[in-house]
Amino acid sequence: MTRSTDAVAKKTNTTMGVDGCPACGRYIAPEALRDSLMVCPLCGYHHPLGTLQRISQLVDDGSWEGIAVDGVLSDPLNFFDSRPYPARLKAAQLSTGLPEAFAAGRCTVEGVPVGLGILDFQFLGGSMGAAVGEGFWRLTEHCIIDHVPLVVVTSSGGARMQEGLFSLLQMAKTVMALEELRETTIPFLVVLADPTTGGVLASFASLADVIIAEPGAQLWFTGPRVREMTTRERTPEGFGSAEEALKCGHVDLVVPRTELRQRLVELLILLQGGESVLGEIIPQRRKTAGWRAGGAGRAAERSAGVARAAWNWLRRRDR
Amino acid sequence: MPALPGIGYEEEIAEVQGKLQALEGLGLPTAAWKTVAIARAQKRPQFLDYIPYLAPDFVELHGDRVGGDDRAIVGGVGSLDGRTVVFVGHQKGHDLKERQLRNFGMARPEGYRKAQRLFLTAERLNLPVVTLVDTPGAFPGLDAERGGQAWAISRTLQVLAGLKVPTVAFIIGEGGSGGALALALCDRVFMLENAIYSVITPEGCAAILWRDAAAAPRAAEALQLTACELLELGLIDGIVPEPRGGAAGRARTMARRILKLAVDTLTELRGLKSSELCVARRRRYLAVGLSSGPDQGWSQFP
Repeated sequence: MTRSTDAVAKKTNTTMGVDGCPACGRYIAPEALRDSLMVCPLCGYHHPLGTLQRISQLVDDGSWEGIAVDGVLSDPLNFFDSRPYPARLKAAQLSTGLPEAFAAGRCTVEGVPVGLGILDFQFLGGSMGAAVGEGFWRLTEHCIIDHVPLVVVTSSGGARMQEGLFSLLQMAKTVMALEELRETTIPFLVVLADPTTGGVLASFASLADVIIAEPGAQLWFTGPRVREMTTRERTPEGFGSAEEALKCGHVDLVVPRTELRQRLVELLILLQGGESVLGEIIPQRRKTAGWRAGGAGRAAERSAGVARAAWNWLRRRDR
Repeated sequence: MPALPGIGYEEEIAEVQGKLQALEGLGLPTAAWKTVAIARAQKRPQFLDYIPYLAPDFVELHGDRVGGDDRAIVGGVGSLDGRTVVFVGHQKGHDLKERQLRNFGMARPEGYRKAQRLFLTAERLNLPVVTLVDTPGAFPGLDAERGGQAWAISRTLQVLAGLKVPTVAFIIGEGGSGGALALALCDRVFMLENAIYSVITPEGCAAILWRDAAAAPRAAEALQLTACELLELGLIDGIVPEPRGGAAGRARTMARRILKLAVDTLTELRGLKSSELCVARRRRYLAVGLSSGPDQGWSQFP
């Protein structure tokens, strides 16, 4: 359920910018890396993103409005392994600065209002416990009430073992939340970031209307170590990657991070019956500096303006 | 170590002692671990042992209508106490030959698609569904992964979630993770007394959290996977008692008890309109993990 091979562990634990890119090994200045949206400019490796980084890359400045989640059982089993579960939670909260693995909020992307959820691998492996399930449900509820599309960015190891069967039943809970959404015409988009596995992939993440994956994202139901324990099969290199999932017909698109924002907006408008007039995709740079200055930056801004105009037209027509 | 003035080691000592205590007796059998052994016993009755007693006129239906027929999941129609019911369940197999045929009850995507198709048939013909769950988990092989295991499971969950007919699940042996939930997302969920239902195998949990598969007995206890514990937590609706010594070799006795509970439950659920059924099911699963008291687990982000 949690990713476990040494190679994978090494990849996520490497401190970015200090040891160089974990994929190509070359050193990239942290500022340069941030400017390229945490994508290695030399080899294209997509570094893992924290919740705040993801929000700052996708969401219009100042539009994020968090959705409160409370009334959740925090330790239903009084779970204790080598440390009590509340201590692990506390440690995760301190190291990430997040209250839980799932952040939900209302925001706009290029002026298009969405309900956005982010499941962060850096918080206890992005595992799905009661708080994550409830966060997903409240976000879905908000999307239904406000009639805005639901977008979720996932990176998760699966279910949260420390909550036992409660965590398994969160799979059921998220599916039930989507049953409510299915009674409307609100689109649901998922962005599968590295890694999305186990109970998260086998519930809401694979039930989206459109499934986008980030390049190189690991997508599987069962991890290589459990597979080897059960079937003695060796997992070949590159197995279960986003690119292979595209070939097997599991995902709709593999979109590099630099194009993600624009692709999302395009899809959000089209799926709500509007006409997208973005034209060619211009790779996104960091929103500050690079985003404003330079030819590509200005062109991107122009097309974003067009998108906003298209969106406004759509809203007027609906009214 | 002589303590320096102003420096105390009490906290560290207490922590190390706690760790030591946690390590001692790591592999000792716990009560939960014994239940795990009973639930997995080869001689324990399985789907095909119960079905002649539950529905003597059972007709097995095959195939997922896409590309295969998974023998790890068995399904078909039969009359339960005079009324036709669609049965779906896992079959692990008893001897090595059957176990290989049934892939030890670990279903591939074809199996879940077969289940979906049978559930939808049940809905179209307005027949209730009874599932018998007994699997270590969904098959983790490379072919299953390429076939879209996660996609097959989530779609099965979705079909069950929206089904307009009553559904009842019995966990008869091992209820392992997503592979079990795919057949257990029902209006009512019952467990046999010595069955287990868990998010992960105790071995897997031990390997990840204790970094030692030998800690499985301890993990089994911590996961609270037995029928009694899950009933107390309010996650299942009832327990089917087993004779002294467990269900092994007592298929007929157990089938009679399962039959009675299934008939009673279906009679109760038949009184509901299909819309009421769906709303109640939705409400039930949306409430999992919520606290009734003032326990504030989490607050707003950011």
